[in-house]
Amino acid sequence: MNWLVNNGDLIGQLVVAHLLIAIPPIILSLVISVPIGWLANRYAWSRGTLLTGFGLLYAIPSLPLFIILPLIIGTGLRDSINLVVALTLYGLALMVRTTADGLASVDPDVRQSASGVGFSGRSQFFRVELPLAGPVLLAGIRVVAVSTISLTTVGAVIGISSLGSLFTDGFQRGIGAEILTGIVLTIILALGVDGLLVLLGRILMPWVAVNSGRVSRRERRRARLAVVA
Amino acid sequence: MIEFCSVTKQFPGGTLVVEDFSLVIPSRKTTVLVGSSGSGKTTLLRMINRMVDPTSGRIEIDGEDTALLEPVALRRRIGYVMQNSGLLPHLTVINNVATVPVLNRVPKKQARQDALLLLDTVGLDRSLADRYPSQLSGGQQQRVGVARGLAADPNILLMDEPFGAVDPIVRAELQTELLRLQTELDKTVVFVTHDIDEAFLLGDQVVILEKGGRIAQVGSPTEILSAPATDFVATFIGADRGKRELSIRSSPSGDILVDADGRAAGVLIDSAGGPAL
Ligand SMILES: Nc1ncnc2c1ncn2[C@@H]1O[C@H](COP(=O)(O)OP(=O)(O)OP(=O)(O)O)[C@@H](O)[C@H]1O
Ligand SMILES: [Mg+2]
Repeated sequence: MNWLVNNGDLIGQLVVAHLLIAIPPIILSLVISVPIGWLANRYAWSRGTLLTGFGLLYAIPSLPLFIILPLIIGTGLRDSINLVVALTLYGLALMVRTTADGLASVDPDVRQSASGVGFSGRSQFFRVELPLAGPVLLAGIRVVAVSTISLTTVGAVIGISSLGSLFTDGFQRGIGAEILTGIVLTIILALGVDGLLVLLGRILMPWVAVNSGRVSRRERRRARLAVVA
Repeated sequence: MIEFCSVTKQFPGGTLVVEDFSLVIPSRKTTVLVGSSGSGKTTLLRMINRMVDPTSGRIEIDGEDTALLEPVALRRRIGYVMQNSGLLPHLTVINNVATVPVLNRVPKKQARQDALLLLDTVGLDRSLADRYPSQLSGGQQQRVGVARGLAADPNILLMDEPFGAVDPIVRAELQTELLRLQTELDKTVVFVTHDIDEAFLLGDQVVILEKGGRIAQVGSPTEILSAPATDFVATFIGADRGKRELSIRSSPSGDILVDADGRAAGVLIDSAGGPAL
C-alpha cells in the first residue's frame, strides 16, 4: 500500500504511456481492416489468400518481431513505433477476418434494395454495408482492444514504458505490490476501454438494441405488472 | 412509355430466363406482370432500372434506350418497391423515405419535410417517423416502402410483389390504398405478382407470363376474363375450374351469386350501388 501511495505520479505517467501505445493500434487495425475486408469479399481468389495471410500474422512470436521490425522499418530498437506496428499487425490478424465476415453477412435483400433505389457502389458500401456490419466490427474490435492493452505490457521487456514496466521493475526489485499494481491496472484499463467501446457502439448504432428486440425497462415493468394482475 | 424490344436474358449459369420478350407498357397506367414462380417476372422488372442488363434486345423509356443511361441516375428517377419492403434496417422510417432525395443532394431538412408529407400520402401516422423498420408491422413497412418509392417523385414506379408477405386483410387494405394513390398520382406502375386476383384488381393491363418469360396473353382484365387466349391462361385464371363463371341463385334472404361449384361468391348489385331487382 505504501508503495502505491509513494508512486502515484509514476503510475499516472505509465497509464498515459500505456494508452498512447495501445490506442493507435486499436484504431489502425479497425481502419485498415475495412479496405482489406472489402477486398477479401470482392474476388474469388482474394478471400482465402487474404484471410489466411493475415491470420498467420498472429503466429509470429512477439519478441523476434520486436527485433526484426526495426530492421525493416528503420526505427531504433527502443522506439515505441515498433511496438505500435507490431500490435497493429496482431490486431489485423484478428480484425481482417472479422471485418470480411461482417461485410459478407449483410442481408442480400437489403443490398439489392439499396442498389435498386439508387445507391452508387461507393455510397452503398459506406452508408449501408459498413454500418450494417457495425455490430460484428464492434465485437471484433472489443477483442482487439482487450488483447492489445494486455500485449502492450510486453514492450517493457525491450524497454518501452507501459504498465508492463511495473512487472519488470517489480520483479527486479522484488516489490510484490508493484507487480500486483501493474496487473490490476492493466485489467482495469482493458475493462474501461471495452466499456467505452460498448458505449460508443450504443451511440453510433442506436438501431441495434431496437432490432434485437430489447425491451425498455418501462415495457418490462408493464409486462411484469400484467403478469401479477 | 416503357418498351421491351426482343429482350433476351441469359444468366451466367446458362439458364435462359427471358427469351425474345417484347411488350409496350403504356404511361400513367398500371401494368401487372403475373406468372408463377421462376417465370422471370423479377428479372423483367429489374431490367427496367438496369439492376439486370439484357443479354440482347433493347429497353426504351419514352424512346430512350436505357443501355445508354447511367444506371445509378436511372434508378434514382424510378421508384422501386420490393417484397419485405427492403427498408434499410439501420435508418428510421423518415430517413428511409428520404433516402433517395438525400442521395440526390436535396438538403436534409427539406428531404425530411417532404418525407413527412409522404407518410401522410401513404396513410401512415407521423408518430411512426422516428421508429426503426423492425418496430413496424409488415403492412406499415410496406407503406413505408411505397413512400420511399415515391420520394423522388418518379414517373415510373416498379413494384415487385410488394404485398406478398402480409396477411390477406392487410393486403386488401394496401391494394385499395394503391388504387386510390394511383388515381391521385397518375404514375406508370409496373407491378409484379403471382396472385391473379391481385393482377385483375390492380391492372389496367395484365400480362400473363409462362415459363421463360413467354407472354401467354396481354390485355385488360375484362379481355382476359372474357376470352382466355390459351388453355394455360384459362387454367391460370381459374376459368377451367369454373371459378370465374358466376350464376345467380335465389335464396330465401335474396339473390346471391354462386360459382360453378355452387359456392357463394357474392351478391349482385346494380351500378347505382343498391341491390339488383
Ligand atoms: N442472378 C441470377 N443468376 C442466375 N439465375 C438467376 C438469377 N436471377 C434469377 N435467376 C433465375 O431466373 C429464373 C427467373 O427468376 P425471377 O426471379 O425473374 O423469377 P420470378 O418470376 O420473379 O419468380 P418469383 O415469383 O419466385 O419471384 C429463375 O429460374 C431463377 O433461378
Ligand atoms: Mg420475383
